[in-house]
Amino acid sequence: MEFLLSTDPANVPRWLMLHAIAVFSFLYLPIAVLILYSFNGQGVGGFPPHHLTLNWYRILFADGPIWDSVLNSLQVAFAAMAISLIFGVPAALALDRAHFPGKAFFRRLVLLPLILPGIITGLSLLMLFNITGTKLSLITIMLGHGTALISVATTEVFAGLQKLDRAQEEASLDLGANYWQTFWRITVPNLKLSIIGAALLIFTLSMDEIAVSFFLIGRDNTLPLEIWGRLRRGITPEINAVSTIIFAFSLITIVLWYSLRRRSALGTDVGMELVESSNRDAN
Amino acid sequence: MSPASESQSAPPDPSRPALLSVRNVAKAFGRNTVLRNVSLEIAEGEFLTILGESGSGKTTLLRIIAGFESATSGELWMGAERLDHQPPYRRRVNTVFQSYALFPHLTVEENIGYGLRIARRPAAEIAQRVSDALDKVKMSAHAKAKPSKISGGQQQRVALARALVNRPRLLLLDEPLSALDANLRRQMQVELKSLQREVGITFVFVTHDQEEAMVMSDRIALLRSGELEQVASPREIYSRPATSYVAQFVGHTNLLKGQAQAGIVRCASLTWPASLPNGPVLFSLRPEHVRLAGKDKATGIVRTRGRVLNQAFHGATELIRVECADGLVLIARIPSGTGSHNEVELEFSPADAALIRDSPERD
Repeated sequence: MEFLLSTDPANVPRWLMLHAIAVFSFLYLPIAVLILYSFNGQGVGGFPPHHLTLNWYRILFADGPIWDSVLNSLQVAFAAMAISLIFGVPAALALDRAHFPGKAFFRRLVLLPLILPGIITGLSLLMLFNITGTKLSLITIMLGHGTALISVATTEVFAGLQKLDRAQEEASLDLGANYWQTFWRITVPNLKLSIIGAALLIFTLSMDEIAVSFFLIGRDNTLPLEIWGRLRRGITPEINAVSTIIFAFSLITIVLWYSLRRRSALGTDVGMELVESSNRDAN
Repeated sequence: MSPASESQSAPPDPSRPALLSVRNVAKAFGRNTVLRNVSLEIAEGEFLTILGESGSGKTTLLRIIAGFESATSGELWMGAERLDHQPPYRRRVNTVFQSYALFPHLTVEENIGYGLRIARRPAAEIAQRVSDALDKVKMSAHAKAKPSKISGGQQQRVALARALVNRPRLLLLDEPLSALDANLRRQMQVELKSLQREVGITFVFVTHDQEEAMVMSDRIALLRSGELEQVASPREIYSRPATSYVAQFVGHTNLLKGQAQAGIVRCASLTWPASLPNGPVLFSLRPEHVRLAGKDKATGIVRTRGRVLNQAFHGATELIRVECADGLVLIARIPSGTGSHNEVELEFSPADAALIRDSPERD
């Protein structure tokens, strides 16, 4: 097993390279095929694809219900972003600064929705809305996404807070700024990258969320559910086209989020800070 | 009661009114006591250094004065105003932090103007005062730079300007020179001292470096395990240390432990007359007061022979450790260029041996 420890690329056996290629093909070939067939003149059938065309995109852009669902999804994503940041940022501040009984437990509790299957979150929220007699609509989806994604906002902002030099806040107080002024003039600008990063991640996750939405959907479809509904009537290249657009869009947001994160943190895993510090707390 | 309680209450220069008085301040973090019963009067316009090893509580004391920590007990008074009930932003006290704590998202100029903007001074006044402060610390050329783009020494100047521009009554400096290299450090010591004279603001400077404390201070407050050992001028601390801890912390010294009986002091093989009550005594004898014996013996001089254990070159002087009779080891500072020694005869004047109190062992 020496080759596993070798740093010389010439020593790495050929089969390991092939294995790596196979794994990446397995991951990305389906997406490549999906993108390719969105330009295929003969629709979803036929191999190899020929008659490359933008026709499916033309049909897509004329498709009213798809655009309604995109609009719905955007509304949901922005609302989820707002809800999870409004609750998540103060939670991160509390975890970083405040001392209260049961803090270690609260830390783990905040992480829970990250681990919990969407089905459980969706189902439990559905039961809640049933009991309170709330009519399912886009608003219930917004609430669902918002609560499920608070943990993302909290972990991202908490990571940023851990890197903030507390002496800066003390310096601000020292220079005559009260706590509120210090928060807005020093803490928030220092957390800007973490907050924007969290917002982008929440936006992307909400845009393609399906499990929670599935339980909480009213009359108006979100984009993933609209696609899901159409798939049951058979695959059309129009779906490939919309999927390609979503893929491109998600890719851009994720790259943006990642580069922001690199700039603010030089790369730490989501939640690792929180897990580490909760371990510290327990010790 | 602290063994050093007499030196604690040593009055500051009576011609200067007290600006800040620290009264019986104690601080505990949980079961860990960091400060006990610290009382200190800081005079208007003085340069006071709080000197101590790491863990002596010096930074905690500074943070209590700044308002970042609250004392477990005790009071702080600035004139007739009770200070310890005020939040940090209401105290006319500014701090230069050890890490400088410049705001990374603001330029040098904006950093310095921060306090004035918060205080809502008119724009023209802010511009004027910021530009004066930049001049004073010779940073005008970097006014528009972000803190990450300037060197450590320059960041230090900006931190100083940011604090001084608000014209505080008291400036606290938390080991501000510790991150600088030796040369820059010495240069900044001189600059800081002359700046303090120029602006006339009271400085409270925290350091673990006794040499730095000696160079800069009007008075030194020496902290040990959360208690003040001695508060006095650098000269007095050096020549008349109150305790064995002070004597050893500030410079090299020989601690001579002995007995006084019937007007005679006996330390190992050495004896000299002294009018002291009978009982155990402890003296601090600085190495520079121990000489190589000359030809003629003056009256009242104590002499002893010994074997040289080692000889260390220090430039203009050399330090030799000499083992004398009865296991007594003396350190002497002798001029350089007297050659290397095996056996020497040493002498000192008993008047140079300062009677001190033994510092009890503490955790």
